[in-house]
Amino acid sequence: MNDWRPSADLDVLRQRASLLAAVRAFFDRRGVWEVDTPLLAAHTVTDPALEPLIVQHCGGSERPRYLQTSPEYAMKRLLAAGSGAIYQIAHAFRDDEQGRWHNPEFTLLEWYRPGLDLDGLMTEVADLVLPLLGRQRSQRFRYRDLFRETLSLDPFTATDADLAAAARRCVDTGGMTGGRDLWLDLLMTHAIEPVLAEQGVVFIHDYPASQAALARCRWLDGVEVAARFELYIDGVELANGFHELADAGEQSRRFAADNRVRRERGLPERETDGYLLAALEAGLPDCSGVALGLDRLLMVMCGAPQLSAVMPFDWQRS
Amino acid sequence: MANYSTNEFRSGLKVMLDGDPCSILDNEFVKPGKGQAFNRVRLRNLKTGRVWERTFKSGESLEGADVMDVTMEYLYTDGEFWFFMEPNTFEQHQADEAAVGEARQWLKEQEPVEVTLYNGTPLSVSAPNFVELEIIETDPGLKGDTAQGGSKPAKLTTGAVVKVPLFISQGEVIRVDTRSGEYVARASKS
Repeated sequence: MNDWRPSADLDVLRQRASLLAAVRAFFDRRGVWEVDTPLLAAHTVTDPALEPLIVQHCGGSERPRYLQTSPEYAMKRLLAAGSGAIYQIAHAFRDDEQGRWHNPEFTLLEWYRPGLDLDGLMTEVADLVLPLLGRQRSQRFRYRDLFRETLSLDPFTATDADLAAAARRCVDTGGMTGGRDLWLDLLMTHAIEPVLAEQGVVFIHDYPASQAALARCRWLDGVEVAARFELYIDGVELANGFHELADAGEQSRRFAADNRVRRERGLPERETDGYLLAALEAGLPDCSGVALGLDRLLMVMCGAPQLSAVMPFDWQRS
Repeated sequence: MANYSTNEFRSGLKVMLDGDPCSILDNEFVKPGKGQAFNRVRLRNLKTGRVWERTFKSGESLEGADVMDVTMEYLYTDGEFWFFMEPNTFEQHQADEAAVGEARQWLKEQEPVEVTLYNGTPLSVSAPNFVELEIIETDPGLKGDTAQGGSKPAKLTTGAVVKVPLFISQGEVIRVDTRSGEYVARASKS
């Protein structure tokens, strides 16, 4: 039985240590301080596409606790309490996400910048990752332009039937059914991502408002867009950033909408996090924030074929 | 049969898809950052042999297929059906032309072959990778001509025709790679 051995080479793990040190030095130079919030908390996210790992027995209590899918809510409470710019290197947990690019437990680098808009944050992300990758430049595309150029399809004005037809042209989906966002996600993963594989470091921004998650929305060229970006490197999704939603009322409505979707899909509803809503009520400073997959970044940096090759012990060995 | 969810799809798992038994070759989990996760799955249709890719929503499930690979002894053919026997139970199975497929030209009586059963009846037959068969018809051998290239057709007892070197003669037993249909060597005489 050789399973006790690490899934990554020790050389790669030393590179991992250097990456962590480089990240800490980067934020230290910029006056962003490191925080360390709980991994196990009383609430989880409502996002219908995220399933947490649940700890059922906590100190004899009947109430379960949730391993955090990201440190976002706790960090926003710190921001509302007046922390200023903060970052965190945190383990995050997502059930059922496993594959070449996924491990149910992984490492996120998440940071928040009061006073910075989405443009400023994309610049900062590029400042961090380009030197680590030894690359010179990054590109930015609007979500809308990318669909128009790649698929000759406007993701904002095309009908649901048009989107479904376009998806079915590039993928055998069998009898798959779903709403507008399902077809958009299918086109993104099956038609757009292969094109991005040739494009190096790419930021995609201004997503459809229906995919805002926790980003604020605005009107742009006659359509409602989310102030959200995704970073792709050679076609691999690496980071997600928001101009953060600060309106407690709107946040509460999005939680309710998520739970409606959960009900429709037969998924358990999630109790909304009262701490986060109270913090937003108290006032979240105008800020942008981003979560970046550190394992994937390391994978791209050292050309590893799968995530397990950059983790000390992957899910099978942990 | 049990149902299998996308996260249980492993290479080799047999599932029912669009009414046909299929074997899973590969399963990749994909997710666009936020939003819907998918599984991009490569499958082989065990009836037609077609290999293709289909995408599922993560968490969807498929019914398992009652498919088993059994080693059986080939008995004979009556021209319409090919008959096989399970060596332990002596139970006999008949396979039609579609099930026997390409393997038909390599079947040798009393030799073991792999028969894939679907709901208890033969779905496909796989010949062993190598078979030894006797030549029943070929041009006369050229004695001593072992170095020179060149080949000639030779008909085997099963009816298959393979290309053999010029020095091979009628009545000899040769070893054939059934995957490529190519001559490998003279079989050692026992």
